[in-house]
Amino acid sequence: MPSDTQPPLLELEKLRKAFPGTLANDDVDLVINPGEIHALLGENGAGKSTLVKMIYGVLRPDAGAIRWHGESVDLPNPRAARRRGIGMVFQHFSLFEALSAAENIALSLDDAPPMDTLTQRARELSERYGLPLDPHAMVGDLSVGERQRIEIVRCLLQEPELLILDEPTSVLTPQEAEQLFKTLEQLRADGKSILYISHRLQEVQRLCDNATVLRGGKVVGHCKPAEESAASLATLMVGSELPEVAHEEALESGAVLLDVRALTRPAATPFAVALQDVYLQGRSGRILGIAGVAGNGQGELFEVLSGEVLTEQPLCIKMRNKAIGNLGINERRKLGAAFVPEERLGHGAVPNMSLIDNALLSRHRSDGGELVGITGRVKRGKLRKLAARIVESMDVRCSGTEQPAGALSGGNLQKYIIARELDRKPKVLVVNQPTWGVDAGAALRIRNALVQLARDGSAVVVISQDLEELLQISDDVSVMHDGKLSFPMPVAEANPENIGLLMGGSEANAGGNA
Amino acid sequence: MALELVKRPSPSRLFAALSPFIAFALTLLAGALLFKIQGVPPLAGLYTYFVEPLTETWSLHELAIKAAPLILIAVGLAVCFLSNNWNIGAEGQFILGGIFGSALPVLYPELSNNTTLPVMLLMGAAGGALFGLIPAFLKVKFNANEILTSLMLVYVAQLLLDWLVRGPWRNPAGFGFPQTRAFDELARLPAIDNMAGRAHWGIAFALIAALALWWLLRSTRSGFEIRVIGASPRAGAFAGFSSKRLTLFAFALSGGLAGLAGIVEVSGTIGQLQPSISPGYGFTAIIVAFLGRLNPAGIVAAGTVLALTYLGGEAAQMSLGLSDKAVRVFQGLLLFFVLATDTLIHYQLRRSGDTHGA
Repeated sequence: MPSDTQPPLLELEKLRKAFPGTLANDDVDLVINPGEIHALLGENGAGKSTLVKMIYGVLRPDAGAIRWHGESVDLPNPRAARRRGIGMVFQHFSLFEALSAAENIALSLDDAPPMDTLTQRARELSERYGLPLDPHAMVGDLSVGERQRIEIVRCLLQEPELLILDEPTSVLTPQEAEQLFKTLEQLRADGKSILYISHRLQEVQRLCDNATVLRGGKVVGHCKPAEESAASLATLMVGSELPEVAHEEALESGAVLLDVRALTRPAATPFAVALQDVYLQGRSGRILGIAGVAGNGQGELFEVLSGEVLTEQPLCIKMRNKAIGNLGINERRKLGAAFVPEERLGHGAVPNMSLIDNALLSRHRSDGGELVGITGRVKRGKLRKLAARIVESMDVRCSGTEQPAGALSGGNLQKYIIARELDRKPKVLVVNQPTWGVDAGAALRIRNALVQLARDGSAVVVISQDLEELLQISDDVSVMHDGKLSFPMPVAEANPENIGLLMGGSEANAGGNA
Repeated sequence: MALELVKRPSPSRLFAALSPFIAFALTLLAGALLFKIQGVPPLAGLYTYFVEPLTETWSLHELAIKAAPLILIAVGLAVCFLSNNWNIGAEGQFILGGIFGSALPVLYPELSNNTTLPVMLLMGAAGGALFGLIPAFLKVKFNANEILTSLMLVYVAQLLLDWLVRGPWRNPAGFGFPQTRAFDELARLPAIDNMAGRAHWGIAFALIAALALWWLLRSTRSGFEIRVIGASPRAGAFAGFSSKRLTLFAFALSGGLAGLAGIVEVSGTIGQLQPSISPGYGFTAIIVAFLGRLNPAGIVAAGTVLALTYLGGEAAQMSLGLSDKAVRVFQGLLLFFVLATDTLIHYQLRRSGDTHGA
């Protein structure tokens, strides 16, 4: 909506970008006016990142025009974009943990002023916009929310007219997110514009003036989020009505299949989190959700549960009444456990290996002599069939099982990895971030599969930063903070407020009296 | 305006397959240029180097003699490199294999019988494996960089051999020459066809090793383990593979094969220990491994090509009067071009600041 008097701040006209095999952006139009918070909505793979990278000068469009203050501009690199007044806060921060906040800021500026001036200006900005920040604090000691503030402050120091935020709340507690919204509203009041990328509809409705929705690289609609319902926005994003996760009441508490008691693990590196006195029970027929802000020991807990790291006291972890603390991951798999790590590429799957080889990754021991003979020979034929079965069971979109895992989209690869584990019908499943960076359709499918597994009598432990997801599928919820796990509460009693407080560290009771 | 390397979204399969050939062609081109600078007619130089050795039966035998250790060592190194273990010390493991294997005929010449040779070969392999396990152990236990430790141990091995042949193992009836006694016939690896040339059974060992490792890498869980840990150690841990165990295995295997090559060279080609038993086979094998794309089948071909540079170098030295260092230059050029073409397959060069085609 360009106004009559003044050209819009940013106008994209028929922007197009193709990559080998895909048209990532197909004639995308977008208009952002001064003092507007504009949402860019879309599923993973809809083309949001490509579009934003073109605005920030990381990629160059194949065709179309970018107009800034009504004037057509060429942005060959991010430096040129910054000079025009475009700033960006990425989803994954690029900060040096061993340096202070101010030093990190100085490193990233194109023309850094002297340290004193810089510290002074950073202080002013952080006060003005409600971004409490100690310039001398070591980044390694800061929470994710605080690190994000550094990123925002270092963008604001360049005095941008347009600030791009990529999924900013995905790493925040609900309370931290609320604080971020206040900051953004203050920025808007100062006449700055914000391009806000998200797939969380509630916050978009709460915050954004206008929205552009992308699907499959095309703009499928411009709207005012406040005038839409969450359901209508979701339909626009996904292209069809999404059914809800079917979640019936769980059985009364079933047998304890996974029993963790007084588990302690010292921090492996200066930047790792120590696990302190963790109690956890996975019960047959139930899903235990573990909430928490990233980096509070979830990864460390997963490694100990999976057996990638062994504990010194074997009795700390029992699976189906057998002490397993000192058993490796394959021994645990043989007892009926399955694991899905957070990172898909390079942990749950090897990117440059085919789906067939990746089927073998977690199953070469657990499947007895089915896939590997006594001589160590891999049975290719059976492996091939297994890969095909996995692909089919979760409708993994790929051009064949010979395709390397790294060529699949995030959602499809995650479906493949989860299906690979579910195919064994595990009695205990521990999964870390089941739907991180996964499109809505795949996420729904994965969540339903997890619920189904639990209803069939398995114990499922889901570690996730997505609180909505946990409230949707869990039967009980615990919160991880600073290496401690809170006493589980039934999901009926859990809500974003009380979980959010625990995520922020208040009244996190160390362990419990399990 | 600086140049920078940017990762290509999808490397070309065609060029990945062609790259060893492109590298070889570029080496020939650069070699021709070098001949020109040295005042040797380029075509005649290349002919002497790369074609003449292939024209006679006896020189084909010599080719097999030189290719055998290169292939034996390089297939072992391929397992190391594929699993991200950078064993640069095969030269030392080769020498230790020669020393261990020679202990029996040098110290107990009177015990010579039909089992002598098999025992020597086994001891040679064991010596190389044990010496290879030193850097592996240091890496696993203390996280010491295996590139440095394995390389430095080469000098230890060279000096140990030098000391032995000048000191305790010197032939008492050898007029003070720094050599051990000449091996008894039963301690010599026999020639395949005595009438046609000198080639001994070493080349057969090399082909068997290449075949065995080709099968191992391609069809077994161990091969899978090697590739997974090489590609991504965390995925390896998720698969329940131990990268420490694999480090020990890879060094023991490649050390063992280098050691076997060493004793094969001593008992088959030389017939006694002397201060130097290798014209740098252990280092040249690194080039062979990469030129063969870390694939045993490719390594057999690459080993033959590099063996040719040794022979061609000798021929060029004799008939063209070129320095024997020219061999090293050719080998260095080849490695340089292999790595350069490989890099350009995975990355593209562009000016920094220019973001086209990222």
